[in-house]
Amino acid sequence: MATQHSRSAARLMMAPAVVLLLGWMLVPLTMTLYFSFKKYLPLRGGDLGWVGFENYVRFVTSSAFWPSIQTTLVLVGGVLIITTVLGILLALLLDQPMWGQGPVRILVIAPFFVMPTVSALVWKNFFMDANYGLFSYLWEFFGAEPIQWLSQASMPSLVLIVSWQWLPFATLILLTAIQSLDSEQLEAAEMDGAPALKRFWFIILPHLSRAISVVILIQTIFLLGIFAEIFVTTGGAFGTKTLTYLIYQRVLESQNIGLGSAGGVYAIILANIVAIFLMRIVGKNLDN
Amino acid sequence: MARAVTTQRKAINTALAWAIGLLIFFPILWTILTSFKTEATAIADPPVFFFFDWTLENYGVVMERSNYGKFLWNSIAIAGGSTLLGVIIAVPAAWSMAFVPGRRTKDILLWMLSTKMLPAVGVLYPIYLLFIKLGILDSKIGLIIVLMLINLPIIVWMLYTYFREIPGEILEAARMDGAGLKEEIIHVLTPMALPGIASTVLLNLILAWNEAFWTLNLTAAEAAPLTAFIASYSSPEGLFFAKLSAASTMAIAPILILGWFSQKQLVRGLTFGAVK
Repeated sequence: MATQHSRSAARLMMAPAVVLLLGWMLVPLTMTLYFSFKKYLPLRGGDLGWVGFENYVRFVTSSAFWPSIQTTLVLVGGVLIITTVLGILLALLLDQPMWGQGPVRILVIAPFFVMPTVSALVWKNFFMDANYGLFSYLWEFFGAEPIQWLSQASMPSLVLIVSWQWLPFATLILLTAIQSLDSEQLEAAEMDGAPALKRFWFIILPHLSRAISVVILIQTIFLLGIFAEIFVTTGGAFGTKTLTYLIYQRVLESQNIGLGSAGGVYAIILANIVAIFLMRIVGKNLDN
Repeated sequence: MARAVTTQRKAINTALAWAIGLLIFFPILWTILTSFKTEATAIADPPVFFFFDWTLENYGVVMERSNYGKFLWNSIAIAGGSTLLGVIIAVPAAWSMAFVPGRRTKDILLWMLSTKMLPAVGVLYPIYLLFIKLGILDSKIGLIIVLMLINLPIIVWMLYTYFREIPGEILEAARMDGAGLKEEIIHVLTPMALPGIASTVLLNLILAWNEAFWTLNLTAAEAAPLTAFIASYSSPEGLFFAKLSAASTMAIAPILILGWFSQKQLVRGLTFGAVK
């Protein structure tokens, strides 16, 4: 029963949000594109003119580029595998009948609400410190030699910290999905004598497939942008320089804006590839 | 679930789940415990768990030395301000999309979501430069605007999914009774939408409170919130474990409590309605 009048009112009500987001997207994006074609060093001469695609070529041919891609892949891939697999197992467990389900759920979800700088520093100091960290006591207790976690095993340490932060998210979403499963179907399968593993493989896992892809895609977008955890633990040293961190260093630390902006454009393209897949899933859901 | 379960099986589930839950929660528990220790006890070998002389001295030191109150106020102002501003802008937008959907509503929603995927580092310098030119670098208002913009898509989406659950017949009935657009929104929609709006506010307070890219890169001494305050502890000076714990506990406690209330909304808000 939407009249012409209410339609134009609706448009007016949408306008502020649309205009703001449009500005937020277009203005900085245009500037990044503009800078990416310039030699621009604010601290060493300022704007030194147009250079075509030189920044784009230099960014990918610099010695730091491929290691940063590898680091990004290890971090994103490692965290995705750990959080998804453990998330499924944990969600299955939490769905079982037990005493104190509510409190347990609260314990499991808690890390998600801890700010990134706190969780990174808590792990860095209380667990991974070579002298006073709990891991060192644990290692010594079993007669092993403690190591400098964040320098000698930097990537596994970083993956552990980030996985701890994101496991609650994966678990919570997968648990929500499991709880929407029709339990009659499972009961029928159980009565027919299907073993637990088969029930998981043929009923539960297919039911979870959508939730799993949502978990993977959303986490990928957030994980590609991981910053604070690296900033306060290693500062990008010991092979923990991701693409995001490399661009940050080019832009703010060495103030090479042209080069950093070209890197930024690469990061935007990468994020968009992931985003397309996510949008498809979300868009499909919007129809029904 | 109507399945019959033996007590034994239930006991095993319970033990296993509690063990894992406590393991996951342990870093937080350890931080809270350490905040009540002296610096010497905090690094004692072997580590002590519950049986030590509990002290509040670290909290006093942190409050005095580092001007904790200012950081806390900045966090509250930035998280609260950006959420409030975002909701004010998003409510009309989500309302119109939910109740007067046009042909392009779906495209607009998806496009809004896509702005959320823009990697922050890709636009770091432009924003940095704009902030300098506008004189809002290291100011609360600057961060309020940026955090509002990055969370606006989530706010619109969440509100949209909540508004869509309000049955349209109620609105039609109100219109039949002669209610205008204004009365409709104030007397009919708002009371029904309030729980949804409250959940949206809650989730966005959490997201803004914990945001740690823009808050670290766009602030210095003046507008730095708790994320930056904690980051300043990354270069250790002597014995500091207990004080870091106290500072961390003060930074996460308010949001941890809010967070536990918003578990359900978390799923809806962060999956854009794709998982319910």
